[in-house]
Amino acid sequence: MLLPRIFPTILLNGIGAVKTVKFDAPTYIGDPINTARIFNANEVDELALLDINATAENRMISLEIVSRISDECFMPLTIGGGVKTIEDIRNAINAGAEKVAINSHAIENPGFVREASNEFGSTTVVVSIDVKKDADGYRVYTRSGKMPTSKDPVAVAVEMQSMGAGELFVNSIDQDGTMAGYDVELIRQITRSVDVPVVACGGAANLEDIRSAIYDGGASAATAGSMFVFQGRKRAVLINFPTRAEIEEALFRE
Amino acid sequence: MLVILDYGMGNLRSVLRRVEKLGHKALLTSDPAELEKASKIIMPGVGAFNSGMSNLETRGLLPTLNRKVLQEKTPILGICLGMQMMCRWGEEGDIAGLGWIDADCVRFNFEDKQGGYLRIPHMGWNTVEQKGDCLLFDKVDQSTRFYFVHSYYVKPHAETLIAGTTDYGVEFASAIHQGNIYGTQFHPEKSHQAGANMIQAFLAQA
Repeated sequence: MLLPRIFPTILLNGIGAVKTVKFDAPTYIGDPINTARIFNANEVDELALLDINATAENRMISLEIVSRISDECFMPLTIGGGVKTIEDIRNAINAGAEKVAINSHAIENPGFVREASNEFGSTTVVVSIDVKKDADGYRVYTRSGKMPTSKDPVAVAVEMQSMGAGELFVNSIDQDGTMAGYDVELIRQITRSVDVPVVACGGAANLEDIRSAIYDGGASAATAGSMFVFQGRKRAVLINFPTRAEIEEALFRE
Repeated sequence: MLVILDYGMGNLRSVLRRVEKLGHKALLTSDPAELEKASKIIMPGVGAFNSGMSNLETRGLLPTLNRKVLQEKTPILGICLGMQMMCRWGEEGDIAGLGWIDADCVRFNFEDKQGGYLRIPHMGWNTVEQKGDCLLFDKVDQSTRFYFVHSYYVKPHAETLIAGTTDYGVEFASAIHQGNIYGTQFHPEKSHQAGANMIQAFLAQA
């Protein structure tokens, strides 16, 4: 049986690992390579590594960090942050990434997703969609949540699938870092509208939230930051991951 | 010397690093002269069957590869596309494969089946049920999970080929073994310790 994927996302501010709340107020977590090493030792299903400052600073995620992590982590690695060209994707793959996430540049230039999936195959191309709720409903944001667009997330998801995206990260800006649970309604609207795997992002506090994203939201996978890097009410930094038995109990109990 | 065959299909760095981390030396090459000297071969690869076959041909690797595997009986491990190309025929491109094993490589087809909701590609962690007694699984528990990403699978005509099966709408051959020829549809190089144990078992054989 194909198992739902559960994995950590490490956010980078260039060189350090950080964790945000609602895409703001980054808390320093530590060295990303050490963090990745601990997750690898816990045999996590995958690892996502996203640089949240790359686009604003007009650069790409550090390929040195990507290659140092991929050299010792024997699991699929998705990277993202400032990816704008075919060459960027090629360089990321050569540094050891399995999948490359495109966010602002995909939303602003959907044709690029077509170009990328033609060149590397859909399974390599992930589009990450950041969503915030306002008075009119859900709206897609770019530039690390700073730039509102006029676009509806379901329409963007359908468009990205038609352009050849092989997977969609759907991130709720409102839920990010709050540990108040995923925006399951948002996830459900998107999984109903596309066939490609959808990864729920933003808001997880525990395995029950993940269970809900998968069973109620229809997500193929769920990722989290805070849940796997903080411990306790005071949010002390402690890299952690549930055991296989805990995951199986949460996902497969009757 | 272990040769990891580079025929331009996907990034092979993760296979090389996995092998090196296990303390083995390996040569990543697309040179037939280097392949000639191989004592063991790993043939990874991600992508289209027809592109893989044509890349083997344009790099002039086919004569050496066939002789090493079929006559010299050099142990070879095919991973993902590398396993699929061992078949007689590939649906992707409708072309002949290497023809080392009595099997075809076909696309998942879930129309008119209960599994119609299943997404293609089959991507993620799935369990492998071991069949027979293949050395690849010497240090791997029954029903261990491995990482898959593929839209086509190997469909053997002979049951004896099958070393492991996985269920994704159909029960397909996720590992095969025939003499010196081994193949896995999943990616042991991306499957944590279980994958490491499997590669180690392949490399440790005499």
